[in-house]
Amino acid sequence: MKTHSSKYTISDWYKSGSPWIWLSAGAISVCLCMLLGLLFWVTFNGLAYFWPADVVNVAYTPSNGQEVRLLGEVYSRETVPASRLKDMGIHVPEGMERVERWVLKVGNRDAFGRDFQPVEVMFLKEIQRPKEAVVLERREWGNAYGVVTALKEKGQVIATGEDAWKQLAARLKRANELENQRMQIEKKDIGAINYKLERLRLEHRGLELKGEKDPAKYEAIERRKEALNKEYDALRQKLVELAALNQDSLVLKLANGQEREIPLQKVIRCYRPNEMSGMAKAWFYVTKLWEFLSADPREANSEGGVFPCIFGTVVMVLIMSILATPLGIITAVYLKEYAKQGFLTRFIRIAVNNLAGVPSIVYGVFGLGFFVYSLGGNIDRIFYPEALPQPTFGSPGLLWASITLALLTMPVVIVSTEEGLSRIPRAIREGSLALGATKAETLWRIVLPIASPAMMTGLILAVARAAGEVAPLMLVGVVKLAPALPLDGNFPFLHLERKFMHLGFHIYDVGFQSPNIEAARPLVYASALLLIILVIALNMTAIAVRNRLRHKYKALEG
Amino acid sequence: MSQTNNAASKVVAIEVRGVNLFYGAKQALFNINMDILKNQVTAFIGPSGCGKSTLLRCFNRMNDLVEGCRVEGSIRMDGQDIYSPDINVVDVRRRVGMVFQKPNPFPKSIYENVAYGLRIQGIQDKKILDEVVERSLKRAALWDEVADRLHENAMGLSGGQQQRLVIARAIAIEPEVILLDEPCSALDPISTAKVEELIDELKSQFTIVIVTHNMQQAARVSDYTAFMYLGELIEAADTTTIFTNPKDKRTEDYITGRYG
Repeated sequence: MKTHSSKYTISDWYKSGSPWIWLSAGAISVCLCMLLGLLFWVTFNGLAYFWPADVVNVAYTPSNGQEVRLLGEVYSRETVPASRLKDMGIHVPEGMERVERWVLKVGNRDAFGRDFQPVEVMFLKEIQRPKEAVVLERREWGNAYGVVTALKEKGQVIATGEDAWKQLAARLKRANELENQRMQIEKKDIGAINYKLERLRLEHRGLELKGEKDPAKYEAIERRKEALNKEYDALRQKLVELAALNQDSLVLKLANGQEREIPLQKVIRCYRPNEMSGMAKAWFYVTKLWEFLSADPREANSEGGVFPCIFGTVVMVLIMSILATPLGIITAVYLKEYAKQGFLTRFIRIAVNNLAGVPSIVYGVFGLGFFVYSLGGNIDRIFYPEALPQPTFGSPGLLWASITLALLTMPVVIVSTEEGLSRIPRAIREGSLALGATKAETLWRIVLPIASPAMMTGLILAVARAAGEVAPLMLVGVVKLAPALPLDGNFPFLHLERKFMHLGFHIYDVGFQSPNIEAARPLVYASALLLIILVIALNMTAIAVRNRLRHKYKALEG
Repeated sequence: MSQTNNAASKVVAIEVRGVNLFYGAKQALFNINMDILKNQVTAFIGPSGCGKSTLLRCFNRMNDLVEGCRVEGSIRMDGQDIYSPDINVVDVRRRVGMVFQKPNPFPKSIYENVAYGLRIQGIQDKKILDEVVERSLKRAALWDEVADRLHENAMGLSGGQQQRLVIARAIAIEPEVILLDEPCSALDPISTAKVEELIDELKSQFTIVIVTHNMQQAARVSDYTAFMYLGELIEAADTTTIFTNPKDKRTEDYITGRYG
């Protein structure tokens, strides 16, 4: 009798199935690594941006030039091949293969013409971190770096040197408050008056178009217009008063010795990063982060916050969900429950599945051609003739973008709802019918609730796709900078015809269309991180709802 | 003989005359003629695929749901053909309740399961619903087990409890006839015994038709038994006669276990 062989051959190993286990485990690991790597990369780069970097003061003597003093943040460090520097005409000592180079953010774009200065570390002398170095964040022209030498009120020097810095904080706070008041009046109050004036103009034009003869009606409009104009004049007067109050300025000495006077109303915040403690930096970090989330963008989107983008993305996704979900569910219910199963339904089902695969830009073109121009154009002609030739709905806007995306995501909802419907056991339906319920009652009371988790799955997939979509939106409503949010205090509050901003497009715009790409790059990471978080948050909400539903209608095995 | 006379004197609940049933081109039932008697338990027995479930599903027009199914002949309740065009199928199903092979409670609370039939009839009055739910659960011998958790999900009940719940759900709308399609095939012996006991109690108020594979069960619970084979009704008589003195050879072969 043969004893049991202890030899374990390759063929045994193959048959045991472990190669496949290893293969699938490996595939999962690779996916996880890619995902985590991406998240880590985006998170790190996006979140590091808000931390206040130290400011260095260096003496830089290029190989073939004068010594210059530079003051700025070390923005990035890199090593470049010596040959590349040689090609650029920079003298590099023999025998050096690679050269360490820093990019300094020297700011003061108004004075130097650019924000960044690459410097070779070997040409640097006297690297200092002066305590009195000040960073000014400005509303225009980016950051300014320097030393505050004096503080002025209406052109009169009121403090100098260290004294000026001490008084600066309080003065700046006041200046910012006044500036905020001014912006509030300009944007909100005057904006509302302009909106009302525009409505009156349209009313007037509407009366004309109707051939209204009664002069009293025109007069009434004129009277209201006059009242608004009076209000407007009062507000203008207030603006002038505010401007008169806000006349402080500071004198900043730049690294090259030049002195510049900067009005405080143009400064958002000032700080001395080299002096800040860890706690102060953390607090600064939080303020910056909050500004990023809650403020409007500045300077061609390369600074400031992204609130309008977050708002636009969320509102668009919500409107899209409200449109796509019910429509998709109704379609799926008809296809699955009522339509006679045959060639036509099979054809429709294939068409729906294929629609999910159509490149999104095609939807964008369709949306522009069909929704914006033909549908929107006709709406304008019928409902808003008084505004023509100015389009109301006949130009890209929130509504059309949402509808286009709804169209894009509906196949997903249809497919998963249909799957959910077909998973419901026959016995459950029969149980309801046997109790004397009609088909519609069974559908409404039994089938749809049980299928609701599947519908939520469809919605989750739809939201994930819609929130990340950019290409079609560029055609049907997203803009680089929207003058107003689609939601405000003027009736009817939600302005579906308005153009809006979108995080995905914002990333593209800041990253590739910005005049100051180097400065905007961290913002790209931060926006990307935010977009990821937003999509995850929207999905989590939907998943939470789905889990609740699943729990409620669970246990349908068999 | 005396028993047959006795049966004939009883009221007929369902009168089946010349029923032929087709699934597309395939004929599944051949010229069925029989009477289902009121307040009695009638059992359909026969080997798999003999058409007993199909016949049962004719009584509440469940076969309407099967595409390509066609029924000829007449099935009368109170002299009215339930297949006539002016009959509303929903009314038929309210008069003829059904319990399926596998327990199929809705994924709702126990209470809502029982109240379902009333709710679709438009009854919203909490008092009436409470009363009917309690009464139905008591009649289905389930009340004591679930009284303290009426608002929990019915899917949490055991198989036997679920089946009794489904029976409670069926009797809540007070049908005249209850159809049981192999109600115990998915249950353990103890649950089976409970359901059988229940059937015995329910027959005082309802006409019961039961399809079963289990001949002992048929012998235990039914008053009348019909043996079907290959879509034909071979023999129908009171249960004792069928099991002790079958007329047809095929019946005898089946009940003695020669095939099936």
